[in-house]
Amino acid sequence: MSDLRDLYQQVILDHYRAPRNFGALEPVSACAEGYNPLCGDQVKVYLRMDGDRVEGLTFEGVGCAISTASASLMTEAVRGLERPQAEALIASFLALMTGDGNGAAGADLGKLEVLSGVKDYPVRIKCATLAWHALRAALEGGDSEAVTTE
Amino acid sequence: MTAPARVAENERPAAAEALDVERLRASFPILDQEVHGHPLVYLDNAASSQRPEAVIEAVSDCYRTYYSNAHRGVHALSERSTDEYEAARGKVARFVGAARSSELVFTRGTTESLNLVAQSYARPRLRPGDEVLLTEMEHHSNIVPWQLVCEQTGARVRAAPITDDGDLDLAAMAGLVGERTRVVALAHVSNALGTVNDVAAIARLVRDRSEAAVVVDGAQAVPHMKVDVSALGCDFYAFSGHKMYGPGGVGALWGRGALLAAMPPYHGGGAMITRVTFERSEYTVPPHRFEAGTPSIAPAIGLGVAVEFLESIGLERIERHEQALLSHSLEQLNDLPWVQVLGQPRDGGSPRAAVVSLVIDGAHPHDVATILDEQGIAIRAGHHCAQPLMERLGVPATVRASFGMYNTHEEVDRLVSGLHEVRRIFG
Ligand SMILES: Cc1ncc(COP(=O)(O)O)c(C=O)c1O
Repeated sequence: MSDLRDLYQQVILDHYRAPRNFGALEPVSACAEGYNPLCGDQVKVYLRMDGDRVEGLTFEGVGCAISTASASLMTEAVRGLERPQAEALIASFLALMTGDGNGAAGADLGKLEVLSGVKDYPVRIKCATLAWHALRAALEGGDSEAVTTE
Repeated sequence: MTAPARVAENERPAAAEALDVERLRASFPILDQEVHGHPLVYLDNAASSQRPEAVIEAVSDCYRTYYSNAHRGVHALSERSTDEYEAARGKVARFVGAARSSELVFTRGTTESLNLVAQSYARPRLRPGDEVLLTEMEHHSNIVPWQLVCEQTGARVRAAPITDDGDLDLAAMAGLVGERTRVVALAHVSNALGTVNDVAAIARLVRDRSEAAVVVDGAQAVPHMKVDVSALGCDFYAFSGHKMYGPGGVGALWGRGALLAAMPPYHGGGAMITRVTFERSEYTVPPHRFEAGTPSIAPAIGLGVAVEFLESIGLERIERHEQALLSHSLEQLNDLPWVQVLGQPRDGGSPRAAVVSLVIDGAHPHDVATILDEQGIAIRAGHHCAQPLMERLGVPATVRASFGMYNTHEEVDRLVSGLHEVRRIFG
């Protein structure tokens, strides 16, 4: 049996209670919304690029511990990365969540590894990936329609 | 001699005896299992209830021994299927107090029933500026069909407010019913809060002020209390099989005979016509006019058995048992300062069916649902397809536990201790 303590690790609870980089960003290069119609979780990601570098990254929204902590950890991990690195990290994280070992192999997800317990709770994977899908949409241009997890 | 006779008389109604829950549970094979190493506690009955052996058996017996298309063939199997299907219609019609079984249309469920009323009853009548009055506590399936028909006709949707306690505000509702009101559509019982609306009083209020039809979403009422459509005084009543211990894929719409008779078909196809040429078709009478195509035959037969099952136990007895579960849960939940029960019953307010909608301090409903699931407890977390209600209550989502006839006091206790585990993790 998977242990709830693996899912709700201290780091996750901490980022849930005190999310980092929470709020709107001004000025902004692109933003994108993620919406999970199943539960109503909603996240908006604000992205500011400096050339090809992610200079600013924040988020807003209401969600569960998993989606909030994942968004918060994402902003910390992605800020400062060059676009190709950011895209690679998104791919690695999504691969980790979907249990696609090949994709994640070799990638050092660092602190994001605390979210790896989520993959044992299939219905919660969408919570963890919501902000990441929104970030990917923002990097691709953003400001279009909300991405949904469906 | 008189004394014992009186005792016997008092005991005569089946409802006088308490429900033998343990025996009842044995009729529901699915309940006897472990989830994540714990005995299953199924508290998601408002989403879908479970089925007794008798219903499963009836559906399987149909497929094993006599299934064929109904109303189509002259051969023996088709005749038997037709007979059983129509017998089920009679049982379900009687169960909700319909005067005639021709007033009972089998549908896929509440959603289809409400869409049928919106399209076949309301659409031909609605003019620009007309109004369809809903309430703030409606399920999306009693909102969206009306929005669609309003877009098609230029009519508009309005919503009667609720109080902070989660009761309908009847005075405000009365003020919203006027001569432009063509339809008043409301839930008999709220799926999110359990509020039991006084449909009879509302129907009177509507009749006094308008010619509007009163359409009732009975999805959450039928499994929990005795429903009698003629006593309610409404015009249409919609419900679903899967929430009343019956099969999925079937539900019903009761409608007043005179209204149904004047309505055009909802879907076109086989079984709903008397004569078809390429110029035009003549439609058959209700209920078949509204049952185009091959219906859900075995599920409808199973639904007939489900209502017999409910009747054999007795709705009053079920209601009393579920009310005891509700009180038992409220007593404990109200003692927990970190649990907020939304829309709980107040003295003098509307009663509640056996549903509790909770907000837990510092823990999102999804996380609560995961932690309870790990302990074998099935509840629902989310907006319960009632987003306008969630907005009105100022919460994104709730944790909802909904009880059925087979739930026990011990299961309520398991829920409460499960919430303590949530508190321990999220504290
Ligand atoms: C109050 C209410 N109305 C309508 C529905 C829709 O029922 P169904 O999905 O069976 O059509 C539900 C169930 O989800 C409900 O609880």
